[in-house]
Amino acid sequence: MIPPPFTYAAPTSLEEALALLQQHGPMAKILAGGHSLLPMMKLRLLEPEVLIDLRRVPGLADIREENGYLHLGAMVREVELEEHPLIRAKYPLLYETTRWIADPQVRNMGTVGGNLAHGDPGNDHPATMMAYDAQLVVVGPRGERVIPAREFFLDFYTTALEPDEILTAIRIPTPPPRSGGAYEKLERKVGDYATAAVAVQLSLAEDGTLSYVGIGLTNVAHVPLFAARSCAHLQGQRPTPERIDEAAQMASEDCNPRSDLRGSAEYKRAMVRELTRRAFRRALERAQGGQ
Amino acid sequence: MEAEVRTSPTICGMGHRMKRKEDARFLFGKGRYVDDIKLPGMLYMDIVRSPFAHARIKSINAERALAMDGVVAVITGKDLEKYNLHWMPTLMGDTQMVLPTDRVMYQAQEVAAVIATDRYIAADAVEAIEVEYEPLEPVIDPFRALEPDAPVLRTDKGKTDNHIWHWEVGDREATERAFQEADVVVKQQIYIPRIHVASIETCGCIADYNPVEGKLTVYMTTQAPHVVRTALALVAGHVSLSEEKIRVISPDIGGGFGGKVPIYPGYVIAIAASVLLGRPVKWIEDRSENLQADSFARDYHITAELAATKDGKITALRIKTLADHGYTDAAANPSKFPAGLFSICTGSYDIKHAFVEVDAVYTNKPPGGVAYRCSFRVTEAVHAIERMVDVLAQKLDMDPAELRFKNFIQPDQFPYKSALGWEYDSGNYPAALRKAMDLIGYEELRREQAERRARGELMGIGISSFTEIVGAGPSRHFDILGIKMFDSCELRIHPTGKAIARFGTKSQGQGHETTYAQIIAEELGIPAAHVQVEEGDTDTAPYGLGTYASRSTPTAGAAAAMAARKVREKARKIAAYLLEVSEEDLEWEPGVFRVKGAPDKSVTIQEIAFAAYTNHPPGMEAGLEAVHYYDPPNLTFPFGSYICVVDIDKGTGQVKIRRFVAVDDCGHVINPMIVEGQIHGGLTMGFAPAMMEELVYDEEGNILTGSFMDYLLPTAVETPRWETARTVTPSPHHPLGAKGVGESATVGAPAAIVNAVVDALSPYGVTHIDIPITPYKVWKILHEKGVV
Repeated sequence: MIPPPFTYAAPTSLEEALALLQQHGPMAKILAGGHSLLPMMKLRLLEPEVLIDLRRVPGLADIREENGYLHLGAMVREVELEEHPLIRAKYPLLYETTRWIADPQVRNMGTVGGNLAHGDPGNDHPATMMAYDAQLVVVGPRGERVIPAREFFLDFYTTALEPDEILTAIRIPTPPPRSGGAYEKLERKVGDYATAAVAVQLSLAEDGTLSYVGIGLTNVAHVPLFAARSCAHLQGQRPTPERIDEAAQMASEDCNPRSDLRGSAEYKRAMVRELTRRAFRRALERAQGGQ
Repeated sequence: MEAEVRTSPTICGMGHRMKRKEDARFLFGKGRYVDDIKLPGMLYMDIVRSPFAHARIKSINAERALAMDGVVAVITGKDLEKYNLHWMPTLMGDTQMVLPTDRVMYQAQEVAAVIATDRYIAADAVEAIEVEYEPLEPVIDPFRALEPDAPVLRTDKGKTDNHIWHWEVGDREATERAFQEADVVVKQQIYIPRIHVASIETCGCIADYNPVEGKLTVYMTTQAPHVVRTALALVAGHVSLSEEKIRVISPDIGGGFGGKVPIYPGYVIAIAASVLLGRPVKWIEDRSENLQADSFARDYHITAELAATKDGKITALRIKTLADHGYTDAAANPSKFPAGLFSICTGSYDIKHAFVEVDAVYTNKPPGGVAYRCSFRVTEAVHAIERMVDVLAQKLDMDPAELRFKNFIQPDQFPYKSALGWEYDSGNYPAALRKAMDLIGYEELRREQAERRARGELMGIGISSFTEIVGAGPSRHFDILGIKMFDSCELRIHPTGKAIARFGTKSQGQGHETTYAQIIAEELGIPAAHVQVEEGDTDTAPYGLGTYASRSTPTAGAAAAMAARKVREKARKIAAYLLEVSEEDLEWEPGVFRVKGAPDKSVTIQEIAFAAYTNHPPGMEAGLEAVHYYDPPNLTFPFGSYICVVDIDKGTGQVKIRRFVAVDDCGHVINPMIVEGQIHGGLTMGFAPAMMEELVYDEEGNILTGSFMDYLLPTAVETPRWETARTVTPSPHHPLGAKGVGESATVGAPAAIVNAVVDALSPYGVTHIDIPITPYKVWKILHEKGVV
């Protein structure tokens, strides 16, 4: 549980951080909350030579609504999401997801950006950001670019971030009236990664049909999944129990879980179906509650 | 039946809810654990461990490590072999490698040790040591281990198979006949999986050899410091470590639960390193090393059968068990009990005929078989019988409570001689179960269950009416390495009436500093606040066998009472002298001797203590102190009845424990708050393996649960709310009528939980589920039975 030697850098501007990243290349790792990175280093699964801590870089920890988005700085800590009245009132899916992440001690340190950039399919924010159709703002030597969450996760621990880029912010579209969301997670104990988890965000049109549906799946493939077929099946439709069941079935077919100590692949597919139903029902109740 | 409180709150004897004296230092973060101790010039040890479960070591190349700044030494089995220290005996008379010279026998086994000036350098040096292995076929499944073509693991012992020992007890023929004549027979395979004590403090030590004085001091996470001292003297006598030169100090211990009874290779390597280098060497395991290499518990493959009449009278019990011990039998049982006290498996029931046999085998897994909070295989025994009673109830379509009442040993049958040879001291099993049923509203719950079942909902109610067997033990039967299992108290009263008491036991969180003080307060009337309790230093404490198997109150607690009574007898003589009356004219109330018929004429224990040093009777030795080595005449048999109510989420397989009522009877209670704390902790440690914990290995012998990511300990969020109550049936042979309580709940709880889950699923023909009951396991059953 002791990492090999490494150098620690604490830049005070984004420019400085980017320069360090460029200087050290793949031997450097960005340190945000550190609650995934440091354990991996202690287990010597990762042996970076340089850690670039973003904590002193200003402007990376804002929470604000602007231009139809919720802007989250990448260094916003989970506990800040939990405690922010705006999140709780208008972004129940994000609020619920955050509450399911690890445990309070980890949430005191862990950041929303770190949870995404780490690229771990077991992390909870990716599915939620896919369900919201969020956009990830990254900055590199070639300037800023915006990557949709649904295109961000490429492979096991691999994201669309280039080695010289830093994730700086997340933009979540502010839901219109008659929207709702919910996160359903099955875990063996507090702090466990999900056996399976499902994020649902939806909006209802005036006529009661679904004007928006986003469904993301956690830890049931080598990457976090956007349940595209399920969403398409529901989009523009009335959310009847039969249609919800069909969409849930599609999600269970489209995921690709592995058998492990949490259960067999078959069990996890069944859980995706069950949790999709449950999350959808709760999201729908919230939307119908006239939020 | 609650014990009478005889002392004032100032004296705070038995029955008072005294706050724990030790808590202040723990709550202020001022506890002193092994890793808090730093000695001048101290070196640090880290260990290279095997990635393979079974392999031949072809070479170990430490050149790169030795070239690193700060690396002082690398120790291998070949180095220890020069001193004949590469093997050591286990407590069960088997042999265990300190470091291997030839083969490794389990994943994470110690292969070599690095000694460095800095903990971080030691860790880096471990990475720099190159070990070349030739992997060998591992033996992981204990049933496979017994097959004729299985690789033989202990060729070093000249063995030709992997069978360690066969142990049996009971009357085979009479049991056989009872089964043949039975109306009803039920049979069930029950696996009690390999688990780990996972104490929050891992194991470790500082070995400090002084080459000038030839004296070795070892600060060590041990539950039994004296046994360690003697064992070290016996093992290392040939390298001039004799017992008077060895001091073992067990400082504050962050949880033991049986896992800190064995002597692990790391301790011995650190000691060898300190002797070789003449400097203090610290070794502290990390969490993964602790989980992967230190002693496991349980791992019993049980086949149990009950015979009964058609109206539900149990007539016989038969159990056959395969015990997986890993590569050596490093259990920590009393010498004559290779399967511990497993033969308590007739439980709380009057069963006329019983026969039990256990076969132990070697596999390529870590050694152990320690008594994880279960007084030597009692959890295994209780689980078997409490499950089987429910299996029988289901077969007979009888309420499991009714079946228990029908078969309980009745209060008037005590002392009760069991078919497997134990003499139960006291008990009132029907009263405990009735109380639990009343508290939980059993009959109402059964009505609710019927309604829910009609709606297709899954609700279950489970009972466990366990009998424990603790307090080892009477010297005619019980020893560790030949040392009889007495325990001791040395009590000294200071001139100002304050006291110091030292014991051969060692608290790891049980609250001895408070409990023992209360016993002495009860017996002498000296306020418990004025009694300093010390344990764990072999240079100062009287010899004792340590703390495990719920033995401290039954043995050392009794020794405290007996030593205090010896002091009181001397105090009586001094009081008679001071009051100028004869001893017979005195009467005792806590803290005071009074002259009969003249209550104004009295002398306090504090005045007597002062006189013992300033004005003692002519011809009497000065001072006021006593030592007692208590050899219990019998074991004690705590018991209880637990009832658990569960609801099952059909969609996910999750089991929710709605209620759990625990009625315990540990005889007279010394500190009710400590007893409740022990029961709450014990219930949680029963809940954990019932629902979550298991050490899992793949077929290559790789551990799949080597960290707390996968070895699941419950948190406060998962843990049910416990409802506790008690009955009081004193032990007739213990000086205080107490029985010991540390393990009852861990022993009794799992069966109540499993019985509740099986009860919920019984309409679908489910008769048994092996622990841990995970959501996946439940869902799979529901899926297979077509419920979902």
